[in-house]
Amino acid sequence: MAHIQLQNITKSFGNHFALKGLNLEIEDGEFFVLLGETGAGKTTTLRLIAGLEKPSEGQIFIDGTDVGDWGAAERDVALVLQQYSLYPRYTVRENLEFPLKSKIRRVPDAEIKERVTRVARTLRIEHLLERKTDRLSGGEMQRVSIGRAIVRKPRVFLMDEPLSALDAKLREALRTELKNLQMGLGATFLFVTHDQIEAMSMGDKIGVLNHGNLVQTGTPYEIYNNPLNTFVARAVGSPPMNLLEGRLVSGRAVIAPASFELPYNGAARPSGADGRPLVFGIRPEDIVLEAGAPVEAKVHDVENHGVEKIVTLRVGDHLLHATAPARIELAMEQDVRFGWNPGKVALFDQASGVSLRHAG
Amino acid sequence: MAQVKTSTEVALNRLAIVAVLVITLIFLAPIYWIASTAFKPRNLATTIPPTVLFQPEVSSFVKLFAKRSQLRTQPTPEEYEAAPWWERIVMNGGEKVVRDGKGQVQMSAYPDRFMNSLIVAVTSTVLAVGMGTFTAYGFSRFKIKGEADLLFFILSTRMLPPVVVAIPMFLMYRVVGLNDTHWGLIILYTAFNLSFSVWLMKGFIDEIPKEYEEAALVDGYTRMQAFFKVVLPEAATGIAATAVFCFITAWNEYAFALIMTNRRAQTAPPFIPSQVGSGLPDWTVIAAGTFLFLLPVAIFTFLLRNHLLRGMSFGAIRK
Repeated sequence: MAHIQLQNITKSFGNHFALKGLNLEIEDGEFFVLLGETGAGKTTTLRLIAGLEKPSEGQIFIDGTDVGDWGAAERDVALVLQQYSLYPRYTVRENLEFPLKSKIRRVPDAEIKERVTRVARTLRIEHLLERKTDRLSGGEMQRVSIGRAIVRKPRVFLMDEPLSALDAKLREALRTELKNLQMGLGATFLFVTHDQIEAMSMGDKIGVLNHGNLVQTGTPYEIYNNPLNTFVARAVGSPPMNLLEGRLVSGRAVIAPASFELPYNGAARPSGADGRPLVFGIRPEDIVLEAGAPVEAKVHDVENHGVEKIVTLRVGDHLLHATAPARIELAMEQDVRFGWNPGKVALFDQASGVSLRHAG
Repeated sequence: MAQVKTSTEVALNRLAIVAVLVITLIFLAPIYWIASTAFKPRNLATTIPPTVLFQPEVSSFVKLFAKRSQLRTQPTPEEYEAAPWWERIVMNGGEKVVRDGKGQVQMSAYPDRFMNSLIVAVTSTVLAVGMGTFTAYGFSRFKIKGEADLLFFILSTRMLPPVVVAIPMFLMYRVVGLNDTHWGLIILYTAFNLSFSVWLMKGFIDEIPKEYEEAALVDGYTRMQAFFKVVLPEAATGIAATAVFCFITAWNEYAFALIMTNRRAQTAPPFIPSQVGSGLPDWTVIAAGTFLFLLPVAIFTFLLRNHLLRGMSFGAIRK
């Protein structure tokens, strides 16, 4: 268990910058999720902490100690990867024993046996212990992989998209399992993913990475409800936040290219917002479909998700996402009226994309 | 639904089997010829047309291992009766077994030459594959300045025909005293096989995901330990394939062995044909020597056949 701090980390491969001046702090016992697209620098961050790469600039502290000169073995971190993380010629038991048999640890045989048994029980892989790893299913492999990490009691768990290669059902199950495991162990987790659902459902804190820059860190609630800029607004949430370009004219939001108007007289209206080019951000669940609502639209598409429906609305040739309760009947091309919940609207500056609430 | 084979497909399949059989027979014919000649009596070895059915005998092998000289006088019936069976075989051929002053039977040079071949081929194979594996690992896993140029340079050592370098090598070896020594040939063959070994092993090691070693590094192992515990077992197939190739090259090498050695370190390839020239050639003895010479490679390849088949597909790792 440990506290991790990255200070002003820059990592370049040749001319390409993978990370630029990254500052990141992970509290002891925290489940921290780094969210970003492929190539955003998530894996690089993880490998830097693991000691598999050296930063071009900046320092890494584990529990306040600068570990810049430490090798991977000395840092005492555990790594779980998306694939290839099990030693293919070994049995499950041998895989679990492997980290304990390292010369730097010198764990007595009896304890190795006991720890492996305990971990196998926790992850429900006891029946697989004598099996070769190439005879495991994807989910079993990732379980063993996680087992090999927790058998060691490392200071930090680093997970590089461990669930991405699994099918949806299994991913969901392991997500819960992993989160429970982390809480049970009270361990520090750094979990890397491109899947915003994983980030939202598992993270105590989320860091959103974009092209080597850490755009925003915060709790899932903060990230979701108060995105720092349009990038974060787009990255988190499924379907993503609707972003509508327009202006604020005397208490009304005038959506420009789509040419419709919505009332906006939020009490938290920032000063100086009037008249300037803005982006209005509204979550699908804050768009309300009702008979007397201000704007007319056509139903472009309906996705039935069981608990609710995701409706794509068309205004002119502009598309908007909204959610609707499952029981509401909606037909394609049907005329509907919608409004929004003005209290939930986020305002972004059109030029910079930065939220007015964050800009102060 | 089960695939139903059409009659044309069946016919093509049969045709392919026949073709394979014919090709196999063509390839096996010389081996059969060597093996059968080795077991023929001398008078049947060179008959035209070749004798196919005969009573196999081991006289050629006795003659191969015993040091012999021409008989000046016919042995007396008593001498013939007193001689053991293998000595009689030699006497039947008009020769006698050479004994030293104490009456000990002298061995021919063949076992020594055979041992030389084994020593040189095995040692140079171990060295070439070992060094090749380490070098290939370095090239595969680390960023090396001018990697492509270096690899090309390594390969370029194979581009000159051996004959071109044979004379300069001979002169250099004479200066440093490596002529006619085991180490002389071992160094030569190792150098010769190394480029091949590096290139082949690099291909195999590139196939092994580096995630395995990184997992081991994070698990608390040094790079060396990770190499031996994780990479090497994965590379076993490639190592086996490379070893077979290196061994065959070293085992069959003729030109350098002929030039660089004459007695102490001479290997079997230049020795066997040298027997042809002394007196009337006894083809059965030469065939016996060649037949035994074929065995180590055949056995070695047979033992590693499973690795070889997988190794030849050059994609040994399940992805």
